[in-house]
Amino acid sequence: MPRRLLRDRQVVEDDWRYAEELGCASHADAPHAAAPAAGPGAVILGFDQWRRERDAWTARGGRLGVLLLPEHKVEQLAPDLQRLSLVALSFPGPAEGRGYTQARLLRERYGFQDELRATGYVRIDQLFFLARCGFNSFELADGDIAVAGAAFSTFSAAYQPANDRGLALKLQHPQP
Amino acid sequence: MYRYDIADKNLVRERVAQFRDQTRRFLAGELSDDEFRHLRLRNGLYLQRHAPMLRVAIPYGLLSSKQLRALGAIARRYDRGYGHFTTRQNIQYNWPKLEQVPDILAELAEVEMHAIQTSGNCIRNTTSDHLAGITPNELQDPRPWCELIRQWSTFHPEFTYLPRKFKIAVTGAPQDRAASLVHDVGVHIVRGPDGQLGFEILAGGGLGRTPVIGQVVRDFLPREHLLSYLEAILRVYNLEGRRDNLTKARIKILVRSLGIGEFKKRVEAEWALIRGNALTLDPEQIERMGSFFGPPPYRQLSDIDPPAAVDALAGNREFRAWYRYNTVAHKVPGYRAVYVSLKKPDVAPGDATDVQMELLADLSERYSFGEIRVTHTQNLLLADVEQGAVFELWQTLRAAGLATPNIGTLTDMICCPGLDFCSLANAGSIEVAKIINERFEDFDYLYDLGEIDLKMSGCMNACGHHHVGNIGILGVDKGGEEWYQITIGGAAGADASLGTVIGPSVAKAQVPDTLARLLEVYVEQREPEERFLDTVRRLGVKPFKERVYAAPAAA
Repeated sequence: MPRRLLRDRQVVEDDWRYAEELGCASHADAPHAAAPAAGPGAVILGFDQWRRERDAWTARGGRLGVLLLPEHKVEQLAPDLQRLSLVALSFPGPAEGRGYTQARLLRERYGFQDELRATGYVRIDQLFFLARCGFNSFELADGDIAVAGAAFSTFSAAYQPANDRGLALKLQHPQP
Repeated sequence: MYRYDIADKNLVRERVAQFRDQTRRFLAGELSDDEFRHLRLRNGLYLQRHAPMLRVAIPYGLLSSKQLRALGAIARRYDRGYGHFTTRQNIQYNWPKLEQVPDILAELAEVEMHAIQTSGNCIRNTTSDHLAGITPNELQDPRPWCELIRQWSTFHPEFTYLPRKFKIAVTGAPQDRAASLVHDVGVHIVRGPDGQLGFEILAGGGLGRTPVIGQVVRDFLPREHLLSYLEAILRVYNLEGRRDNLTKARIKILVRSLGIGEFKKRVEAEWALIRGNALTLDPEQIERMGSFFGPPPYRQLSDIDPPAAVDALAGNREFRAWYRYNTVAHKVPGYRAVYVSLKKPDVAPGDATDVQMELLADLSERYSFGEIRVTHTQNLLLADVEQGAVFELWQTLRAAGLATPNIGTLTDMICCPGLDFCSLANAGSIEVAKIINERFEDFDYLYDLGEIDLKMSGCMNACGHHHVGNIGILGVDKGGEEWYQITIGGAAGADASLGTVIGPSVAKAQVPDTLARLLEVYVEQREPEERFLDTVRRLGVKPFKERVYAAPAAA
């Protein structure tokens, strides 16, 4: 069954596949997995595979994305961002928080404009914060997808500037 | 004090709605214990030994009479008629019911209060000097900066899931009454090279399992950059702080492993990329925030000497002692700041009843412009009392059990809730406080000993700040029994230091006797006017240790 996710606040079927799902993930000890010559299109590669095989994948064409783990440094991906249509940041569990900073750096420092996806442990309670940091797509549990719309407006204002538009910024523009 | 506008009010109400729904999902089985734990902790709710514990934020310890009255009403309606004031200027309720917590939060929201970020791995309540704005030698009132930090840190989208908790303290006077050197970040208002006001920024202080004194990251930060600089520190910490081991996750461990030089380099490099961004404060913003904390409408008075005036009438020795210990000088002539001691011998340190809270709300309206402050040492303070009214105020406080004349003395001890209330504790700190009080009930002896900070924690988490007590007591578990490790020579102020363990831990019944022996050495060896701390610093631990472990008392 295709994965459903929330993208730009719409429930959509995911048109991306992770390399493992396509059987084309490679590892350091088994490099150079065969890139599907004409695959289903959009593929998300792990950061290590991307670093090993980026030229081959770029030559193949089609949309490409990279999955960063919390310990990866975004600045190492920065030179490649123009070749990518998606960056996925992972949240291994409910305590993980590095992805929030990684997202802001990708958007604000490195100017990444395309899909920024949260994957892993992602529930509606995080959506307001994730969206403020620049995420626009979310792999939510099925039960959460149905009720996620309201989570983006959990709070009607914010005290601090971040990476979002349209939210009243109280600290910067105090109200009378 | 800061007053909420409509946006602030909406935010706390929206938080209540969010938490009500999270509680509902948990009770309906839609959130696991672990999932709910991460959410409820960020709202100050612990599930504890007997019942949930709810910690309510009191930003930089400042309360209006209306707020204190509401805290009293909540204590009566949802708890067992009391609340516990903490070393971080908050209040904790020990007996609320989980299902009722959203209702408590709704009542708090109506008086501009909340429990946002009072626990969990996020930026906690910003604390400050309880004498802010009234102490004679202050450079500047730190509270407007605290409120700016409170706003910046509230629901900060990037820093809600940090490696570990993060505590900030701000001071504006040379004396440090906020223990800023043992905070993750300490902000000190200082004068820069050209005489302008700005900040010295410290990082990496903390207590807990690995106590560390904070180190200077920046000698002078121009004031408009406060928030962007904090953002740079938090960003480095969020990315680099350890997440694989809870006991190594505080910023102090990061600072120590990188070294202060490298840590500073990383912070400055990050800051260089964001300085001047939208977090930069403009003078109007700073001035507007300052206007919330302007002086109350003081009367034009001259200083008088109430003890002398009262002596003429009654020769009241008890009042004289209270005046000396429980009141302090005020920068405005004719005024005095009055401590409300929450250290009555037969009451758990820091506890106040619903009736006391309501009375204090009334008294603050009658005597102190309707405001009251919580101190880092778990007492309350009426900051702006006319000297001519001090005697009358004392009579009322005394009748309510709130005038124990012991501020700054041995029995003004800091103490965590301990085994009785906390699932982490090894020791019944409150019970130990009680037996210490029984042993040291002679006020003349306490006054002779002078200024001594006694701080006690029921476990390594160090909520009672034992490492920075002149005398520190730490509860340890030995084969299921409560034992106590004693340290001496710690200090929490501007000359902060960590105490030294005197030797093997002692049994509970021997704690008072051990203290008595330490104090004997002090009394024998002190020089004129020398404080306990200074005697320990001069002599070292050795003579104290020898006396304590001399046969036959402590085994």
